Amino acid sequence: MNIFQTIKSSLTNLAANKVRSFLTMLGMIIGVGSVIAIMSVGAGAQSLIFNEISSFGTNLIGVMPGGSEEDAPPASMMGAVITTLTYDDAKAIGEIPHIEAVTPYSNGNANISFGDKIKNINFIGVTSQYVDVEDNKVSLGRFISPEEDESTARIVVLGSEVKDDLFGEDNPLNKRIKIDKTSFLVVGVMQKKGASLVASRDKEVFIPVKTAQKVMLGVDHVGLIRAKVDDEKNMSLVNSEIRKLLQQRHNIKDSKKIDFTVRSMDQALDMIGTVTDALNLFLGAIAAISLIVGGIGIMNIMLVSVTERTREIGLRKALGANKGNILTQFLTESIIITFIGGLIGIIGGSIFAAIISGVAQYLGYDWDLVITPFSVILSFIIAVLIGIIFGIYPANKAAKLNAIEALRHE
Amino acid sequence: MSTLINLKNIKKDYQTGEVVTSVLKGVSFEINNGEFVAIMGSSGSGKSTLMYILGFLDAPTSGEYYFEGQDTLKLDDDKLAEFRSEKVGFIFQSYNLRQRTSVLDNVMLPTTYLRNCNLKEAEDNAVKLLKRVGLGHRLNHRPNQLSGGEQQRVAIVRALVNNPRLVLADEPTGNLDSHSGEEIMEILQSLNKEGRTIIMVTHEEYTAECAKRIIHIKDGMVTEDRIVEKQRMARDGEFKK
Repeated sequence: MNIFQTIKSSLTNLAANKVRSFLTMLGMIIGVGSVIAIMSVGAGAQSLIFNEISSFGTNLIGVMPGGSEEDAPPASMMGAVITTLTYDDAKAIGEIPHIEAVTPYSNGNANISFGDKIKNINFIGVTSQYVDVEDNKVSLGRFISPEEDESTARIVVLGSEVKDDLFGEDNPLNKRIKIDKTSFLVVGVMQKKGASLVASRDKEVFIPVKTAQKVMLGVDHVGLIRAKVDDEKNMSLVNSEIRKLLQQRHNIKDSKKIDFTVRSMDQALDMIGTVTDALNLFLGAIAAISLIVGGIGIMNIMLVSVTERTREIGLRKALGANKGNILTQFLTESIIITFIGGLIGIIGGSIFAAIISGVAQYLGYDWDLVITPFSVILSFIIAVLIGIIFGIYPANKAAKLNAIEALRHE
Repeated sequence: MSTLINLKNIKKDYQTGEVVTSVLKGVSFEINNGEFVAIMGSSGSGKSTLMYILGFLDAPTSGEYYFEGQDTLKLDDDKLAEFRSEKVGFIFQSYNLRQRTSVLDNVMLPTTYLRNCNLKEAEDNAVKLLKRVGLGHRLNHRPNQLSGGEQQRVAIVRALVNNPRLVLADEPTGNLDSHSGEEIMEILQSLNKEGRTIIMVTHEEYTAECAKRIIHIKDGMVTEDRIVEKQRMARDGEFKK
């Protein structure tokens, strides 16, 4: 039997019922399209999160208050206030070899005002080394100086957006603003960082950590310590050095009672990767359900087609077709439906994913358009497999028809 | 002349629920290569069933059927399909053309099921045959654009395209007016003259007399098997050699 003639004949049959063929394909188009789109959007969102985190630098180590299980987030991330980390811990960590910079964080929320303009913002108490840790720069004026680290100086460095909101085009340097009721001198403005998933640094203001602790919050602890390591290959060494140091400083003998958590950036990336991968898989599986629904639609139409074309089947048998030929004929048709539907779905899904990423990039997010060959090949293979699985029953029914009864069929 | 078909005591029963209907009750005859045989009988006589058995579409309940000396009842489904493809060409009363494809594609349909087929050669041959039956200008028409007589001529070409030993025609003129019917008979006679074996099922005496031999079937039995003494030559059509 000639396969090209079979394919040509199948295409003729499908073209003869254009609307029906298209509607049958639609199930495949939507199914494959949504699998492609969801996998791509998922990968794009993942890239956004990764890019965001990596933009802080990948050789960062964070120390959070409160112990934690391996791979689980520390208690402090769940909202509990734990007071075990201090400014002196951060200073001591800074003494460890291979650490280039370290800063504690002491954050709070407050109303900031200049003249009649009031805004609710997050203030972040850090030390002078913050700019090295997070790879951030001032665009105007200066950052907190090392001399001010130990002081409770009332100085503030504005995020670029805060500056725009309060001062517009005016020069904010040496102006006095109020954070809650305390007056601060503006000494600098940060460079614009761009849109961010978590919290935009552009919408925050920076003050010395001691000022945040003593003046604004009235506490002795810090919420987080972040350190920058000189080279990624020293990460695990520094990681264990910090553990050792803090265990000693906090006087902890029993490792089960450790009251802090040390996490490096790659660990965080791993953890987020695991979560987002699972989420992508889950969404992909939901999209795949529509593929099965599409497959059932194909089976339904092929069964109708077999009944409609009973006479043709009888004729083909009279002209020399054996069971295998008839089976192949109908199977070819259902595979062609899923094949073409799959192709259109891949193109449609990719276009959809491209639009999403285009919009995200337009809004300033660091969103990559990711369409992996894996997802394309996978959804394509699944589509064709569905053509075979759901086509085999109608095709077999056609092949088993009695030729004479089929020829007499009205 | 060599024997093409040898039927021995062919019986065919159909079972509908508990009731068994005997359609053929022991049919025996031989047909030689190059014969033109008309099988006659009223409706329900079993002549169509006999034709389907002759064309390997149906298997008898009992009896023996030798084709070119080969015992066909021992062949499996695939082998029988191969026989239908290579050795037999069917012509139906209702043409059975596919309306959605062109005349040429209809004629080429049997080549789909040949084991080895040179498509180019087959198509050249098909075009040649279509020209011969006066349809050279209709290659790309749809069957429903043709008259009944023209459609049956397409069906004849389709039956011939694989160059079979035997042509089986089931009431080939049954749906046609007398003029078109004569055209068809003229083509069949001409094919027979070239040495092709033709078996035609009909219930019209007038049509049957175009054959060289008439076998009468009644109630599943052969009641008469005679040579036509003076074959009626159909001469009405535009068919030219």
